[in-house]
Amino acid sequence: MDPRSTALPTKEIKNTDPPLWVAWHQALASIRVRFVRQAVTCLGVALGIAFFASIQLLREAQAASAEPQDAARLKWLVATSLVMCLVGVTNSMLMSVAERYREIGTIKCLGASDGFIVKVFCIEAALLGLIGSVGGSLIGAGLMSIVLAIDGSSAGWEGFLKVVGLGTLVGVLMTIVAAIAPAIQAARMPAAAALRVEV
Amino acid sequence: MADVVVRTTNVVKVYGMGEAEVRALNGVSCEIYRGEYVSIMGPSGSGKSTLFNMIGGLDKPDEGSVFVNSVDIAQLTARELAFLRCHTIGYIFQTFNLITVRTALENVTLPMLFAGMQPDEADERGMMLLDLVGLQNRYHHRPNELSGGQQQRVAIARALANNPSIVLADEPTGNLDLRTGKEIIELLRRLNKEQGVTIISATHDLKMLDASDRIFHIRDGQLAKIETREELTLQVGSVQGED
Repeated sequence: MDPRSTALPTKEIKNTDPPLWVAWHQALASIRVRFVRQAVTCLGVALGIAFFASIQLLREAQAASAEPQDAARLKWLVATSLVMCLVGVTNSMLMSVAERYREIGTIKCLGASDGFIVKVFCIEAALLGLIGSVGGSLIGAGLMSIVLAIDGSSAGWEGFLKVVGLGTLVGVLMTIVAAIAPAIQAARMPAAAALRVEV
Repeated sequence: MADVVVRTTNVVKVYGMGEAEVRALNGVSCEIYRGEYVSIMGPSGSGKSTLFNMIGGLDKPDEGSVFVNSVDIAQLTARELAFLRCHTIGYIFQTFNLITVRTALENVTLPMLFAGMQPDEADERGMMLLDLVGLQNRYHHRPNELSGGQQQRVAIARALANNPSIVLADEPTGNLDLRTGKEIIELLRRLNKEQGVTIISATHDLKMLDASDRIFHIRDGQLAKIETREELTLQVGSVQGED
């Protein structure tokens, strides 16, 4: 058989995804090279999570003493901070996918499956989310601890760590959720359409 | 040259709807043989890039069929299309379209990794291909550290990564100066002769004519005429005005 003949061997088609480290390297390269752009995305995540963490720490500190009315107000504030955070993160992720339609189209031309593209964006989002939310929760919870200390109250180390853990978890999940929809949409685009997009 | 690599039958592609409907391709049927160098020529908006996209499996026709190596592209699932693009077709673009965050070598090896090649093997082949296009010394440079001509050479090496049946080049010299454009055409021609790669190029660069075995003229979404190089030589100076 002519070695150049490349009629599709159907049995191999099922296994066309490259190993995960290829996606990992692509995501890392993207973060490294677009460092400033990605740092801004990270900062967006961090700010949202910092707000969430600070309110959450306040709740922890006042859990025992707060009046029912205050507790309800704090819950409302936490919910607001979460919504704010989600909007900010989604916006950052939408932008980060939209400005890379052409790169997505090109990678598709090279033979990447839709799944590979989604994987790259999810890894990237998870990494940015992790850095942003660890930083954000430490800043938010830290600042609120100082404010509480001035007032003579505290949530304790346990409360602090709990809030940082929760903030990180919420942040990472939120970033992945925010990235996954635009990534899937971009990956499903016909390659020609993705290449045509001008941003 | 009876071995057909690409066959299109009555391909129609429509963009927009209703009043704004544009038939970018209106019944194009053609055959391209293995080892050929074909140029698709035509004015802007004539449908040559659309035909390029159809043959490359980047878009699906609204009517008619496109066969690449006897496989009907319209029947393939997304995953099978990815497989086809990875193994059978190499792409070269007017704007080079290298992955900006990866080095020249990584750009060339990426399609090999998609094809399941081991990293060491891919690096070795990548260096061999960069050597082939004369860029082995710049393998660790990122695209923004390379000139336009060098970027296009990397793109050509990348297009050859998985030893494709066809290399599709969409205006490969469009963003290059005259001399660099000529070098790229010579390189493509050399690869076509020495490696037997089938090259299909959408272009309105007249320099490309001399390298081509056949020239497809597209006008208003239809194949107006097909010329061979022999016919062309007779006409030089008379018909070959810029469209």
